[in-house]
Amino acid sequence: MSSNIPDSRGYFGAFGGRFIPEALVAAVEQVADEFDKAQADPDFKAELDRLLRDYTGRPSPLTDVPRFSAEAGGARILLKREDLNHTGSHKINNVLGQALLTRRMGKTRLIAETGAGQHGVATATAAALFGMDCTIYMGEVDTERQALNVARMRMLGAEVVPVRTGSRTLKDAINEAFRDWVANVDSTHYLFGTAAGPHPFPRLVREFHRVIGQEARAQMLERVGRLPDAAVACVGGGSNAIGLFYDFIPDKSVRLIGVEPAGEGLDTVRHGATLTKGDPGVLHGMRTYVLQDEDGQTMESHSISAGLDYPGVGPEHAYLKDSGRAEYRSATDDEAMQALRLLSQTEGIIPAIESAHALAGALQLGRELGPEGLIVVNLSGRGDKDMHTAAEYFGLLDDAQGDAK
Amino acid sequence: MSAQTGEQTGGATKLTATLAAARAEGRAALVGYLPAGFPTVDGGIAAVKALLEGGCDAVEIGLPHSDPVLDGATIQTADDIALRAGVRTKDVLRTVREVASAFPQAPVLVMTYWNPVDRYGVDRFAADLAEAGGAGVILPDLPVEEAGPWLAAAERLGLDTVFVVAPSSRDERLRLVTAAGTGFVYAAAVMGVTGTREQVGDLAEDLVKRTRAVTDLPVCVGIGVSNEKQAAEVAGFADGVIVGSAFVKRILESGDDLESGLAGIRETAAALARGVRAGG
Repeated sequence: MSSNIPDSRGYFGAFGGRFIPEALVAAVEQVADEFDKAQADPDFKAELDRLLRDYTGRPSPLTDVPRFSAEAGGARILLKREDLNHTGSHKINNVLGQALLTRRMGKTRLIAETGAGQHGVATATAAALFGMDCTIYMGEVDTERQALNVARMRMLGAEVVPVRTGSRTLKDAINEAFRDWVANVDSTHYLFGTAAGPHPFPRLVREFHRVIGQEARAQMLERVGRLPDAAVACVGGGSNAIGLFYDFIPDKSVRLIGVEPAGEGLDTVRHGATLTKGDPGVLHGMRTYVLQDEDGQTMESHSISAGLDYPGVGPEHAYLKDSGRAEYRSATDDEAMQALRLLSQTEGIIPAIESAHALAGALQLGRELGPEGLIVVNLSGRGDKDMHTAAEYFGLLDDAQGDAK
Repeated sequence: MSAQTGEQTGGATKLTATLAAARAEGRAALVGYLPAGFPTVDGGIAAVKALLEGGCDAVEIGLPHSDPVLDGATIQTADDIALRAGVRTKDVLRTVREVASAFPQAPVLVMTYWNPVDRYGVDRFAADLAEAGGAGVILPDLPVEEAGPWLAAAERLGLDTVFVVAPSSRDERLRLVTAAGTGFVYAAAVMGVTGTREQVGDLAEDLVKRTRAVTDLPVCVGIGVSNEKQAAEVAGFADGVIVGSAFVKRILESGDDLESGLAGIRETAAALARGVRAGG
């Protein structure tokens, strides 16, 4: 059904496109050309498949979580375990693909933005693997809440630059990475981390993450003998969600459900629910839904999850929302944290706070669907990096651990 | 899509005439940039006027933006100050109006990222800008491929559409970009964001040469020019010299003393004006 989008100008319906400084046009065109060539090159596919299998550990398993499901009205929930990938999240799928493209383009340096640090860690990993220089831009606020991942990136040999402008979170890290790219485009590839930004990044990142949905679809058919009623994923920029959704798009019986961060509540300004509360506009090189004021200035987003704390969203999600093919809901910080603890204590799996938003959405959906319901949830990342936040939230670091709330 | 058709407002012809007059004097034009609302809306109006008082031939008024991806730290700091003080798009238009009415001969351009225009409404923004006496707009993140609705509105209202070319633009693309633009072509001298630099570098001269080979529009060079010597150097090969961050710095350095900042701007503009005359 939707395999013909985006069009040649990078449009998914009314969304997408390319809104960038002229200095970057040649670089972005080069990425698009090289990607098209790579897609047609069997050697590229073979090398990427080999890396995904031998380095990343794909295919990732599909895990039944019966004790967790029992809390969701009895609907059967299965988790697509992207948390078991090397580096601990889905991000590595896209990073390895783009690192291979970088080498094909003859560039020797990778830059990336990161919120929670998962994409930064994955990029630093690929840079080490491919022998490339690496600089990671990260909002100063995020370097504080994700200190462990900052150390991981530095251990891998990357330079981590704390960004002190604007809201000092992911959006500002993206701005800073764009500036670096403008100045160093001859040697440098901007390894965009989510299915957003100027054409061709939304399509390119989707294609590198499609493997999630391809595997999940085949695994569901093999394990359960039918497609799920719903595929659920968290949405910040939207890369893990589009990766899971894409191959289910033609399956009309499968509801595609994205869960955005409602932060402290949709009735406050402290949230990151872009598709739910934003308006169409232009940010970071694309037309999409944006949290913005009436003058077109970007508003600060908020989520307890640094990885979802973004006031824009990938343009294909904007298209899927407007076309009605996907549904977008939201989960508050508290709902996500309760889901995080529930999965940890019923199944022995500590999810990333990002993924916990999808779990919160699945709990809600499971109660709607009842015992016959069948749901696949993308467990996009593991929670190690978030233990500091979780420990603080639940009061786990006190000497008197029994006082944890 | 000729700039010469702007009879409705006189705005478009003003920019062309100003650049032609400088050329007739055998020199490059001096174009000064400051964001509106910086340090305050009224202070910003005085500051843009000071650019013209000091010797700029034309001015660009920036629309402060939350995500200025093509600007360096100096201009982003100014944008942040303006936004925190609550500057609105309507304040930018008021700045244009007051400067244009105080200096009826000087072309007053707006430089803005696309989203604020998109949000305000393309036709409404063009109409309100023309009505305020604006001469045109520079949109650094709007490539020609996305510019259709803007070009139509600007042509209808006689506004100039200045496009940016960069050292990385291939000749074929220079042709495409310059064919869509009017007024002048903004040549980004270096690969990088706005901000002062020690040297403008060789990229600028080569870019101007390549741009001139494909268009008759004047070519003005911006990004990185900050002093009299650089202005003279650039004036030796370009039709205009665009300076922004060096002016913003003068206001930042003067802190709360706006009068001293304004004096600094006039002084810097005068030095740069000497530069463009020495280099021509």
